[in-house]
Amino acid sequence: MIELRGVTVRYGSTVAVDGIDLDLPTGKIYGLLGRNGSGKTSLLSALASFRRPAAGTIRVDGADAFENPAVMRQTCFIRDTLDTNESDKVRALLTFAGWMRPTWDADYAAKLLDLFEIDPRKRASSLSRGQKSAVGIVLGLASRAPLTILDETYLGMDAVARAAFYRELLDDYLAHPRTIILSTHLIEEVADLFERVIIIDRGRVLLHEETDELRGRGVTVTGPAMAVGEFVVGRPVLGEQSLGGVSAVTLDWRPTPEEVARGESAGLTFGPVGLQDLFVHLTSSAPRWEATR
Amino acid sequence: MFDDRSPIYLQIADGIKNDVLSGSLKEDEQVMSTNQYAAFYRINPATAAKGFAQLVEEGVLYKKRGIGMFVSPDAREKLRRERRERFFTEVVDPMLAEAKRVGIEIDEIVRHLGGAR
Repeated sequence: MIELRGVTVRYGSTVAVDGIDLDLPTGKIYGLLGRNGSGKTSLLSALASFRRPAAGTIRVDGADAFENPAVMRQTCFIRDTLDTNESDKVRALLTFAGWMRPTWDADYAAKLLDLFEIDPRKRASSLSRGQKSAVGIVLGLASRAPLTILDETYLGMDAVARAAFYRELLDDYLAHPRTIILSTHLIEEVADLFERVIIIDRGRVLLHEETDELRGRGVTVTGPAMAVGEFVVGRPVLGEQSLGGVSAVTLDWRPTPEEVARGESAGLTFGPVGLQDLFVHLTSSAPRWEATR
Repeated sequence: MFDDRSPIYLQIADGIKNDVLSGSLKEDEQVMSTNQYAAFYRINPATAAKGFAQLVEEGVLYKKRGIGMFVSPDAREKLRRERRERFFTEVVDPMLAEAKRVGIEIDEIVRHLGGAR
């Protein structure tokens, strides 16, 4: 279990992470979602002991994590910079990783380099943005660290390379279950791999749930404005659009089949709200409200 | 394969029930392991496991310790019975409501059904 209690990260007077409490059972794939500046990277940096929190504690299996060598060896944090000397060759980066990490799998690293078509003789400085990201993924996956944190490690990668990343992530996790925390803005393409989703907003946890529970959690009700208005009374509204006499209201609410049947007989249609839509509605700055008439 | 209308574990359970009903999964036949299923459909294995657990709970599948999961001997008959009970409320009633909306008379439907006999 990874336990965060009151974790706060400050930069001068700016509070990036604001007293976060989280319990993260190990052995799962977590998706960490949040808008730019929501505190994702600061939170992950604290979790990986790259940054000492201004307040609060982080415990990994009961042991205080900060600068604890036993915990550090078990933790691999990959961020968009490769945290290396740019004149190093890719091959050297992998060799260092092998020295540092008891669980390093050199054969798997070589296979991944091949998959991403990266020449190990190249210097880190000569790699494109997408290739740097791919090297980060190689370092992250081949480390097989019990706690692997991948912070937006897809920047600059094309759709084919990202698909290869997701495939490897799942296959390697199935073969070697461990705790993986992945932060991303590309929610739709990777959400099916997350067992749990954490959404943070303005430095606080907005939601921490099983991903599958979020599917079907929201609904969009479309139809004649009057009928929609009557139907949504008293329900939590996430967003609303109207055009002429037709309106579409997105609700943070799961209708029963009977309620759907009743709505349909009043001329309404019901549409699903995907995880990405739900995220957009929950984190957009418009305040949430309850429909009244 | 999966959509956003409902949790994936329920969609997995429905898919397997349909396979049992159609006979493409036979009684006492072994089903995929949760890891195989997760790898095949590119989903988290815990989600797949939840779908299978739901089917065990409903008696559609049974577990053999250390071997895997199998289709229950009476699963097909049970599912057919359940679906038949729901057929009129879930299939026929919405059809009649739509017919009414677009002005199709019951007699016209009966004539059409007669042609399918």
